[in-house]
Amino acid sequence: MIALSDYLLLAGLMFAIAVAGIFINRKNVIILLMCIELMLLAVNINFVAFSHFLGDTAGQVFVFFILTVAAAEAAIGLAILVILFRGRQTINVDELDLLKG
Amino acid sequence: MIDFPWLTLTIWLPIFGGIGVLVSGDKTDRKSGPEFTKRLALGVAVATFLVSLPLWFGFDASQAGMQFVEHAPWVPSFDVYYFLGVDGISMPLIILTTFITIFVVVAGWDVISYRPSLYMAAFLIMEGVMVGVFSALDAILFYVFWEAMLIPMFIVIGIWGGPNRVYATIKFFLYTFFGSVFMLVALIYMYFQSGSFSILDYHALALGMKAQILIFIAFLLAFAVKVPMFPVHTWLPDAHVEAPTGGSVILAAIMLKIGGYGFLRFSLPITPDASAALDGLMIALSLIAIVYIGFVALVQKDMKKLIAYSSIAHMGFVTLGFFLVFSIFRQPEVSTGAVMGIEGGMVQMISHGFISGALFLCVGVLYDRLHSREIADYGGVINVMPWFGGFVVFFAMANAGLPGTSGFVGELMVILASFRADFWYAFLAATTLILAAAFTLWMVKRVIFGEVGNDRVAGLKDLNRRETFNLGMLAAAVLAIGLWPKPLIDVMEPTIENLVAQIQISKLPGNDPALANQPEVPLKP
Amino acid sequence: MAFLYLLIVLAPLAGAIGAGFFSARLGRVGAHRMTILGVGISCALSLAVLAGFIWGDLKVFNDSIYTWMIADGIRFEIGFLVDRLTALMMATVTFVSFMVHIYTIGYMADDEHNWPQGSLAGKHSYQRFFSYISLFTFSMLMLVMSNNFIQLFFGWEAVGLVSYLLIGFWATRESAVYANLKAFLVNRVGDFGFILGIAAVGMYFNSMNYSEVFAQAPQFADTQVAILGGVSLMTLICILLFIGAMGKSAQVPLHVWLPDSMEGPTPISALIHAATMVTAGIFMVARMSPLYELSTTALSFVLIIGAVTAFFMGLIGLVQNDIKRVVAYSTLSQLGYMVAALGASAYAAGIFHLMTHAFFKALLFLAAGSVIIAMHHDQDIRNMGGLWKKMPITWLTALVGSLALIAFPGFSGFFSKDAIIEAVGHSQVFGAHFAWILLTVGALVTALYSFRMYYLVFHGKPRMDEHTRSHLHETPWVVTGPLIALAIPSIFIGWFTVEPLLVSNWLGDAIHVAHEHDSLHALAEHWHGQMAFIEHGMHGWPFLLAMSGLGLATLIWWFGVKLMPNLDALLQRAGGPLTRILQDKYGFDDFNQRVFAGGGLGLGRLFWNAGDQVLIDGAVVNGSARSVGRLAGQVRWLQSGLLYHYAMAMIVGLVGLLTLYVVF
Repeated sequence: MIALSDYLLLAGLMFAIAVAGIFINRKNVIILLMCIELMLLAVNINFVAFSHFLGDTAGQVFVFFILTVAAAEAAIGLAILVILFRGRQTINVDELDLLKG
Repeated sequence: MIDFPWLTLTIWLPIFGGIGVLVSGDKTDRKSGPEFTKRLALGVAVATFLVSLPLWFGFDASQAGMQFVEHAPWVPSFDVYYFLGVDGISMPLIILTTFITIFVVVAGWDVISYRPSLYMAAFLIMEGVMVGVFSALDAILFYVFWEAMLIPMFIVIGIWGGPNRVYATIKFFLYTFFGSVFMLVALIYMYFQSGSFSILDYHALALGMKAQILIFIAFLLAFAVKVPMFPVHTWLPDAHVEAPTGGSVILAAIMLKIGGYGFLRFSLPITPDASAALDGLMIALSLIAIVYIGFVALVQKDMKKLIAYSSIAHMGFVTLGFFLVFSIFRQPEVSTGAVMGIEGGMVQMISHGFISGALFLCVGVLYDRLHSREIADYGGVINVMPWFGGFVVFFAMANAGLPGTSGFVGELMVILASFRADFWYAFLAATTLILAAAFTLWMVKRVIFGEVGNDRVAGLKDLNRRETFNLGMLAAAVLAIGLWPKPLIDVMEPTIENLVAQIQISKLPGNDPALANQPEVPLKP
Repeated sequence: MAFLYLLIVLAPLAGAIGAGFFSARLGRVGAHRMTILGVGISCALSLAVLAGFIWGDLKVFNDSIYTWMIADGIRFEIGFLVDRLTALMMATVTFVSFMVHIYTIGYMADDEHNWPQGSLAGKHSYQRFFSYISLFTFSMLMLVMSNNFIQLFFGWEAVGLVSYLLIGFWATRESAVYANLKAFLVNRVGDFGFILGIAAVGMYFNSMNYSEVFAQAPQFADTQVAILGGVSLMTLICILLFIGAMGKSAQVPLHVWLPDSMEGPTPISALIHAATMVTAGIFMVARMSPLYELSTTALSFVLIIGAVTAFFMGLIGLVQNDIKRVVAYSTLSQLGYMVAALGASAYAAGIFHLMTHAFFKALLFLAAGSVIIAMHHDQDIRNMGGLWKKMPITWLTALVGSLALIAFPGFSGFFSKDAIIEAVGHSQVFGAHFAWILLTVGALVTALYSFRMYYLVFHGKPRMDEHTRSHLHETPWVVTGPLIALAIPSIFIGWFTVEPLLVSNWLGDAIHVAHEHDSLHALAEHWHGQMAFIEHGMHGWPFLLAMSGLGLATLIWWFGVKLMPNLDALLQRAGGPLTRILQDKYGFDDFNQRVFAGGGLGLGRLFWNAGDQVLIDGAVVNGSARSVGRLAGQVRWLQSGLLYHYAMAMIVGLVGLLTLYVVF
């Protein structure tokens, strides 16, 4: 029997991988986007797991919302990426420091 | 007639009219180009003025309460209402607003070439919002209008301003915003005390001394910046110098009045005990404004700066008149004078609206021609612009408080009232007779009189039809109030008497019975 | 009657508006006809009112025309008080004004030459001038006919405004626009006191109406005000009001504007700066006599100021070489006499001298103007001489004016001036002896400067250049006509009015003299007709001194100058430091320029630089902006702009918070 803790562990691992991806990766913005998606998936797994074990379907409904938002986010993110590349000819994360104080 | 929502109309007509002007655009290739836009804007301004007239003619000058009241739910869950009404204090200021805006639109006619539609729209929207400030009786509604007013002015100075406009705009915005945040805190505090956002409920709210002092200071920060009082006045000269003519006119003629209005609507009736405790401070600041700023104005080299400083000195009279009340109360045998002081301040506000507006228009006339505001760049203007010279001398005299012009009425009343309070107050206040004449007429001497200063002055053309209309109408208003101030005073008298009666009663909790006996401000539907 | 009085006031105003705003349409002739018609109507009606008071039984009129405002229970009304004092002033003002209007036709005939080529300001200047003098007449009538303090102040300032406009009439001349600013500001110093006085009246009497204030005044006779350790209320009010009069009537030390005001065209020097406006202060004090009678301190203040002005300003007249300035200093001196009369409670004598002075001083100014026209606007008496042959009418009328001025027996000035000196001699207030000495010696000074000017201008060898001399001729009738019309009252008016004004108390209730202050009663008690008065006067010091002055002047500036043409200059050089002090006008101008003008500007610069720019804007406003900037500069390095740094910070923060949560 797979316990709740296993799901949570998996989700935690996925989240940790995503976080590591965000700040170890210095090259590509696309990878950043993928990492964010991965984070959302980790959260989704938590939702589903809790929903199952608590017998409350609201969690699963939330997952659908999150998926939708994630999809929209990915679309917008990629669109921004394209425009960014057009403008600056690069998507190298190290060079994207316009917010530098 | 009375049931018709005239106030709502006066607020929203110019706002929607302004949006209409903005939409009509200023593309020159269309037949309905900028000329159409300007005509539309003028039409809206005139229509607003006409719509505001019923407020004057339908006003029942025999009673003190709020009139033309409109009350509708806005955000009921927070007890916020769309609550409007005018009394003898706010009504004249509304008429002043709608009257002055016409001249601002006319003055921008030939001068503004960059996006005239946006320029006109900004002023029209500002007009509506300022009328809103004067007529709002709900604190949140008031606050919304109060802050909204800054935006069009920000745009006007920021886009059509002079070379140093960014500094001036930021200074203007931060200064005024800094003050008003504290006012919001005070308003919310009183909401929690009274359970209502109605300003009229605030008037009847009993408050402890500590609360009153804090609330008074919060309001003071908001209003003193607006008036502006010494020492928070330094934004005004900068804003004036950088603002386009129309911006200066509105700033001087109306925006400053909102600070004075705030003292009458909020500070005095809501925190009478704190006002009484701190009136020495207020009178000192007012007298400093009159004397100190008078000297500062004397040495200005920039005409607009000079008039801006003169405005500060004249507004010192307003605040002096308002806060004399308490020292008159403290006099042993004197019974009258308090009403006179506040009325004097009010008349001074209205009169200053006309006179400073006209003086800024005069500087605008010169600036449009030579693009300089430096006094030294002019000289002997009367040789080429005799009519203009005549107007400048007239308004300068009005600014110096010559009897027969509106400038005298307010000064006289405040000096009379201050004599009741203390001889030395009157003594210092009356120095304005000398100082105002000195700085204004010295400027006139250097700019208008003498031999033609330089070749550029020699090429000047006298006033055109629009400029003559503007200055002529304002001169007529200045003369009318100067020769017969009675109608204006009659409108204000009951309201101000009521206000004085109200602030005589302590609002400290121990005095609750007195508070209960206080005459309820009647609502007139 | 209200309609009649309104007509008297408004007729000149209508003329002023017409000539001012429709100058192009009316043209020169239309403009002067319109204004002269207006002032003529006003003059005729004023004379009729005066006649009504003298021969008829005209009632005192005291009513309001309209309510200016009602504030805090005090009614401010615009209204007229026409009693005998007012009627006398109205007649004097409108008559002199009427004469000056006619004279102006001649004097301003070719005003175009006074303006720079092509200046639009000079366009229609002729019409504008008429508009201004009519406006002045209106303002002056408002002042004298007022029945309340507010309208008095309105008239007071309105004549000041017109004076400002007229002194600076030739607005392109630097000296003229300097003089008009100076005149306005000095007057404003006076008005500063005046308005405080009005405020004091308003505060204690709760009314602005003369009759109500006067009725209440005795109740306040002993009231003390806690200022500077306690001052009597009446003294405070009277001195404050008198400070206004010192400005308008050019009393020391606020006299400095009057000599400079001669920059204006001569007709207005005659009308405004000699005959009427400058006497407003005297009229005001006489009108306020019920108040002044309650304060002997104020009376002696008035007396001493007046006597000092009368004597010391007359001395300056001795060293002036500009024909108008000599007359201007004589005006200052004569105003001093009037004020001294007020201080001695001889209000009637002050008003009497005001009236006679209005005629002969207007005459002298207009005669001076006539000379100036003939001399092609050269005003230096050193360049004149021997004009009597070429300008007989001007010469004779100027002689009449001068004789009246030095109080030659029988001339109008004799009666009024002698009465003043006598009254001051009888006065009991503090400083009366001192004042009497100054005024009596002043009679000598008056004779000296008057006849110095008279002889230098009209007698001796002609000293002008050839071109001017060949063009010398009598001025046209519009100029000489008013001279003759003014010369007649200058001779006779004193004879006819001395008895009613000083003896039989014709002014009646218009002025109030407390019994113990009545310094004219001796004169009235010993009245045996005009001849006896003249005879009595001829045994007095003033007469002796005036005649010796006349003799001395004849000796020096007629016979002496005939023998030694540069005697005047030699005398002035011989005067050494004394001459220099007089030429520096006792240093008032320098002092004002340095201390008040310079000090005001210095103070302004100090406040502006140190206060506004350094302290408020520099330290507080921009200072707070700068310190925020500095702080931001310190923490900006945290903001690398790199996403992974922020993510790292978030994770570290999260871990930190979790640790805190789990551990504690």
